Amino acid sequence: MFYREAGDFKTSYEADSQTFPIAFDRYRYWVILAVAYLVIPFLINDYWANAILVPFLIYAIAAIGLNILTGYCGQVSLGTGGFMAVGAYSCYKLMTSFPDVSIIIHVVLAGVITAVVGAAFGLPSLRIKGFYLAVATLAAQFFLVWLFNKVSWFYNYSASGQISAPERMLFGAPVTGPNTEPWVQYMVCLVFVTICAIIARNLTRGTLGRSWMAIRDMDIAAEIIGVNPLKAKLTAFAVSSFFIGISGALFFSVYLGAVEVGEAFGIQKSFLVLFMIILGGLGSIFGSFAGAAFLVLLPVLLKVIGVDLLGWPTDLVSHLRLVIIGALIMFFLIKEPHGLAQLWRIAKEKLRLWPFPY
Amino acid sequence: MKDSVESYVTDDGRTIGGVMLDLRNITLRFGGVEAIKDISFNIREGEIRAIIGPNGAGKSSMLNIISGFYKPQEGEVLFDGVARPPMPPYQVARQGIARTFQNIALFEGMSVLDNVMTGRMNHMNASIFSQAMWFGKAQREEVENREAVERIIDFLEIQKIRKTPVSRLPYGLKKRVELARALAAEPRLLLLDEPMAGMNVEEKEDMSRFILDLNDEFGTTIALIEHDMGVVMDLSDRVVVMDYGRKIGDGTPDEVRGNQGVIDAYLGVSHD
Ligand SMILES: Nc1ncnc2c1ncn2[C@@H]1O[C@H](COP(=O)(O)OP(=O)(O)OP(=O)(O)O)[C@@H](O)[C@H]1O
Ligand SMILES: [Mg+2]
Repeated sequence: MFYREAGDFKTSYEADSQTFPIAFDRYRYWVILAVAYLVIPFLINDYWANAILVPFLIYAIAAIGLNILTGYCGQVSLGTGGFMAVGAYSCYKLMTSFPDVSIIIHVVLAGVITAVVGAAFGLPSLRIKGFYLAVATLAAQFFLVWLFNKVSWFYNYSASGQISAPERMLFGAPVTGPNTEPWVQYMVCLVFVTICAIIARNLTRGTLGRSWMAIRDMDIAAEIIGVNPLKAKLTAFAVSSFFIGISGALFFSVYLGAVEVGEAFGIQKSFLVLFMIILGGLGSIFGSFAGAAFLVLLPVLLKVIGVDLLGWPTDLVSHLRLVIIGALIMFFLIKEPHGLAQLWRIAKEKLRLWPFPY
Repeated sequence: MKDSVESYVTDDGRTIGGVMLDLRNITLRFGGVEAIKDISFNIREGEIRAIIGPNGAGKSSMLNIISGFYKPQEGEVLFDGVARPPMPPYQVARQGIARTFQNIALFEGMSVLDNVMTGRMNHMNASIFSQAMWFGKAQREEVENREAVERIIDFLEIQKIRKTPVSRLPYGLKKRVELARALAAEPRLLLLDEPMAGMNVEEKEDMSRFILDLNDEFGTTIALIEHDMGVVMDLSDRVVVMDYGRKIGDGTPDEVRGNQGVIDAYLGVSHD
C-alpha cells in the first residue's frame, strides 16, 4: 500500500520521461544517495573499501559501459578487459607525463582515449555480427594485452613491466598511492559512478538510446526508418568504451595502485563484467549495479560462510563460486534474460498491486 | 516530364498533384532470378496508389527498391523529378519516405512509445553532449517530438497501450503501432506492405479509415500493397498490377478491373 502510482499523475511529457516516474522510487533513490554520500564515508574502513565497496563501484562503471554496448545496442563484446587496460595505461601515461594536471582530468581523458580506441575496434561491427563480432572483440582483447606487455613505452620501461600509480592529491588529500585513505578512494569512485550513471541514463532514454535499441532489436528495419547504423554502432562502442576506460583508470590508479596487464585486465575480466550484466540485466542501468554488487559480494559471502564459518578448504569454496556463477548464468540466459533487474521489476509490480492482485 | 504537369481533382474533392516518384525501366535480379522485369510507373503527389498481383509477383521487392533497400540492376528512380543517386536506406528515409513491412518489423524490446519515437529519428538532432546532460536542446527536442508522437497515438487510437512492451501486443495492434511509427516520421510518401493482412473485417475497416483520413487530412501520398480486392478498389486512385515481375496493368480501379490481361492473370484466379 505504500508503493503506488495513484494520485501521482503526470502533467507534462517531461515529467513522464523522468528517470523514476513513481514518486516512491524517487525517494528511495534519494535515500540511497544520501546514505552513500553522507553515511558510508564516515563508517568505511579498509576492509569494506578494498574488499567490497570500491571494487563494486568500479565494476559498476564497467558494467554500465558494457551494458550500453551489449544490453542496449546488442553488440556482444569480449574485449572489456582490454579496454579497461587502455584506460589504465592511458591514465598512467598521462599521470607520469603531466604530473601537475589533476588526476580527475586524467581519468576523464583516459575515458576519452579509450572511447576513440573502442570506436576503432568497433569498426568491424559494421560488417559482422553476433558470434563473429564476439570473436573479433576477443582478438582485440588479446591484442591489447599483448601490446601493453610488449611495448615498454607504455610502462615507462620499468624493469618489472608493471605500472604503479604515483601519489596524486585532490583538495589536499592523496587519492592515489599508498597513503590514500579508504574513504577518499570510496568518495572518488562514488562521484565517478554517480556521474557515469546519470550520463548513461540520459543517453539511453533519448534519441541515441532509441537508435541503439532499434539496431539491437531489428537492424534492417532500423536503417529503413532512418537510423544510421554506422553512427549508432560506433557511438555505442565509443560511449561504452568511455565508461570502461574510466573504470580501468580508477581500477589501476585508485584501487590497485600497481598492475600487471595480463593479471589485472586479462580475458577473465572481460567475462566477469559480461557475467555481471547478464546476471544483473541486459539493457538496464540498475541491472549493471545489481550485477556488479552480486559478483563482488558472492566471493566475499562464500568466504565468510564457507571458509570462516564452516571451515571448508579455500579451493573448494572458490570452485563452488564458479559452479554457482555458471549455474546462475545458465538460469538467467534461459529463463530471465533481463536478469535481477527484471526480477526486481516483477516484484515491484506485484507490490504495486498488492494486496489486490487484479 | 510529360505527365507531371497537370494536377487534377478527384470525385471526392482531393487534389492530386504532379509526379512525386517516378520509377523508370526498373529491373531487379537475384542471382539468375529476375524478380522485376523492366517496370515503369509513377506515384503522384497526394494519391493513393495500389500495387497488386499474385504471390511472388515482385510487389514487396518494388517497395524495397523505393525505400533504397534493394538496388535495381537497371533503371532509375526519380524523386521530385531528380534522379536519385544510390544511397543507403536511412538517407532515403530522410527524404521523406517511410514504410511498414509485410512481416511486422517492430522493435520488440521497446515500448510502443519508444517504437513510435524512434520513427521521429530524422526530426531530432541534439548533440550527444546535450543528450548526455539532458539539458537544453535534447530536452526541448524530446518534449516537442513527444507532442507530435502523442498526436499520432491519438489519431491511431492506441493511447491505452502507449507504455506496453510491443512484444506483448496482439497482431492487429502491432500492425497499427507499425503504422504509427511510420507516420511519426511525417513522411511525404508512405509505403504500406499489406497493412491489412491477417486482420478481421472490423480491423480492416479501421485500417482503411486511417489510411483515408491520413491521405485526406495530411495530404500524405500512399503506396500500398494489398490482396483484398474490395479494399483496393475502395481506397486507391490508381492501381499497378504485377505478375511474375512484369507490369500487366496500370490505371484507375475501373480500368484495371476491365483489363482482360489482368482478369486472366490475377483477378480471374483469386476472385471469389
Ligand atoms: N532477398 C531476396 N533474395 C532472393 N530472392 C528474392 C529476395 N527477395 C525476393 N526474392 C524473390 O523475388 C520474387 C518476388 O518476391 P516479392 O517478395 O517481391 O513478391 P511479392 O509480390 O511481395 O509476394 P507476396 O504477395 O507473397 O508478398 C520471389 O520469387 C522471391 O522469391
Ligand atoms: Mg510481399
